[in-house]
Amino acid sequence: MRTLDQVVTEFPFFAGMEPEHLELIAGCAKNVRFQAGERLAREGHPADTFYVVRRGRVALEMFVPPRGPITIETVEPGDTVGWSWLFPPYLWHFDARAVELVRAVAFDGACLRGKLESDPVLGYELLSRFAQLLIERLNATRLQLLDVYGHRPRV
Amino acid sequence: MSMAIAPASEPLYVAGAMTPEPFRVLRKRRETADTWTLELEPVGGEPVVPAPGQFTMLYAFGVGEVPISSSGDPAGDGLLVHTVRAVGAVTEAICRTKPGGILGVRGPFGTSWPVEEACGCDLVIVAGGIGLAPLRPALYQALADRNAYGAVVLLVGARTPGDLLYAKELEHWRGRFDLDVAVTVDNAGGGWHGRVGVVPKFVAGASFDPESAIALVCGPEIMIRYTVAALLERGVAKERIYISLERSMKCGLGHCGHCQLGPVLVCRDGPVFRLDDVEPLLKVREL
Amino acid sequence: MTETPTAPLNGVLEPQSLGALVRSLSGRGYRVIGPLLRDGAIVYDDLSSADDLPAGWTEVQDAATYRLERRDDEARFGYSVGPHSWKRFLLPADVRLWQAQRRDGGPPEIVEEPPPDEPFAFIGVRSCDLHAIAVQDRVFLEGAYVDRDYAARRGSAFLVAVNCGTPGGTCFCASMGTGPRAESGYDLALTEILEGGHRFLVEAGSERGAEVLADLDAREAGSDDIEAALHVSHEAAHRMGRRLETDGLRDLLARNVEHPRFTEVAERCLTCGNCTLVCPTCFCTSVDDVNVLGGDAAERRRRWDSCFSVGYSYIHGGSVRPSARGRYRQWLTHKFGTWIDQFGTSGCVGCGRCITWCPVGIDVTEELAAIRVADGEVDHAHA
Repeated sequence: MRTLDQVVTEFPFFAGMEPEHLELIAGCAKNVRFQAGERLAREGHPADTFYVVRRGRVALEMFVPPRGPITIETVEPGDTVGWSWLFPPYLWHFDARAVELVRAVAFDGACLRGKLESDPVLGYELLSRFAQLLIERLNATRLQLLDVYGHRPRV
Repeated sequence: MSMAIAPASEPLYVAGAMTPEPFRVLRKRRETADTWTLELEPVGGEPVVPAPGQFTMLYAFGVGEVPISSSGDPAGDGLLVHTVRAVGAVTEAICRTKPGGILGVRGPFGTSWPVEEACGCDLVIVAGGIGLAPLRPALYQALADRNAYGAVVLLVGARTPGDLLYAKELEHWRGRFDLDVAVTVDNAGGGWHGRVGVVPKFVAGASFDPESAIALVCGPEIMIRYTVAALLERGVAKERIYISLERSMKCGLGHCGHCQLGPVLVCRDGPVFRLDDVEPLLKVREL
Repeated sequence: MTETPTAPLNGVLEPQSLGALVRSLSGRGYRVIGPLLRDGAIVYDDLSSADDLPAGWTEVQDAATYRLERRDDEARFGYSVGPHSWKRFLLPADVRLWQAQRRDGGPPEIVEEPPPDEPFAFIGVRSCDLHAIAVQDRVFLEGAYVDRDYAARRGSAFLVAVNCGTPGGTCFCASMGTGPRAESGYDLALTEILEGGHRFLVEAGSERGAEVLADLDAREAGSDDIEAALHVSHEAAHRMGRRLETDGLRDLLARNVEHPRFTEVAERCLTCGNCTLVCPTCFCTSVDDVNVLGGDAAERRRRWDSCFSVGYSYIHGGSVRPSARGRYRQWLTHKFGTWIDQFGTSGCVGCGRCITWCPVGIDVTEELAAIRVADGEVDHAHA
């Protein structure tokens, strides 16, 4: 039975980080569980947490009146949810909802924020990983924006 | 340069390759809001059995003709199957044709997916949008000889859940234990519990051995570009990736010039290409 | 078994006897086509007799320039090539392929257009144009599919070549290895000799050519006649209006697809497509499926098309080559480069028509030389 510390160390997201940093991060972590349909995050609400999904699928949604909630991306096991905790105003930009039973590790962003300030190396390590994640998300989003499978209506 | 004079006597009267054969629509199924699958049988003539990846020139009486890939089972009952998206006057006319109606067929033309050549390898099939239609025959052929392959992976991307082709078959394929199927859409409303995101993302996590895999990719050219990038990043060699391209076609015979892509004619040297043969061409805009 | 005497392989004709050539051909059922003066140019059309030939005329050709001028002799073929080429007859601009009639309850009845049964005799086929015909033969006869309309016209065509004595200002067949002397591919070849007495050396290049030659009142060719004929070609080869370095041309173009020269040319090119119309090897066609009178009848027609039109490369969503730069590049790189990959020969025969008939005087020899001189340069703004 692995400890939470071990689980955190094994996340690919943190690969290559120094053991003392990993210990620090694990110190801000806890196991969480969401039933199908439960919300991990609410658009506009304070963002003090990020999650790494261990099992199940999380849907990132935006509410588009009158269509209702539209899923713009799903997050699979191993992926990370949430970067809004890193930058002011620390508010979620979307909803995150468990599509099925989700087990994840939740990281206390408020606590981590303080530690990033005092340890620039830790700050750099985490920020560069989140920057990489943002780049991937941006590229994917741009592809989705292009609506490559749609077709332009004839003029 | 030496030149031979054609013999002066008989004109070379070869069968009119520009004349369509009449085919009757036997069955028609609506796949999505703008896409239909038609099953055709010849009216009195020989059946046309395209190899996976090949296309025919499909003619709607008095309207026009378009190249459409075969989407049927090459080992099936001999019916010609085409999945057509209504995007213009001709495809709209084709999609409006009811069972019993007549369409014209010329072909089959073009190169085919290397399904047999991929025996002994992992087979990775990546389809975007209508690109699943030309790939379905390759999947059928592989599944008919399943033991000849290692892992067989199918990655399908579509705009929304309502735009997925062959929904029932997809479910059936997902249920097989010897087939790894991942489906993703660009966006979805409530009620969809599947993946949302772009196809290349799922190449990274799919279960296959890059060194022994053959990848077949079809979809909009930009989706092909990004999927190919993901496959290359995964370590699949360029010589093991095959893509299907399309260009304007008027004849299918290599006579009209329209389908040129640099040094190749897509109707004759394609539509299925090995990536290393065409990759430099795809990088040149407006080639 | 009686041995038939072999027909003579060459002979010498007086200019007055050219009429006999025309009569012999039309008497054998050929529709005789040859050069004649019309609309301020020398064009190819029906010859009723040798008197229709533009005797004593020549052309002055240069970039965006064509005009007729009188010669001071009565040479029958004292010019090069005008705006027409023989593809006008071998690959007509508009051909019906088939007609279809809708029937109640059944498939439409399709009736293919019968093959043309009117054999042509072309008088005055220059060496460049002989090569052009061979280039089109590769496309339409030697691929996986044969174009039967082209095959029928080509198969029955009788070719009377003419070896140029007066090359034009835009000619560069010598650079392309396609002239000025016709080596093969003709039924008869004429060389017009003006020095030492106006006469024609006639050479047979095929059995049926020899048969027609036997009809004519030709005297035996002496060694001086043959030498004089060779001299005409030798002189012509040194009076080409243009030259082109062809060494490694295909690879040069393949590695310079983003050359700044294409951007420059695009500022001049009107994409009018004149070059593709006058070029003897351009073969692109399109297909029109048309309804006839009310919808129960339809037909399919084949017509000339040009890669310079925006719609040429249209697939759902747009054209692959919307810009003039893209379209000019397509034409130039196809003609001199990728044609070789596609069909095994160059697409250019050095006839110079595209230079003469371009309204803004774009000169392919100049463009290619400019690319060669600046090999490797890239237009980063458009690449």
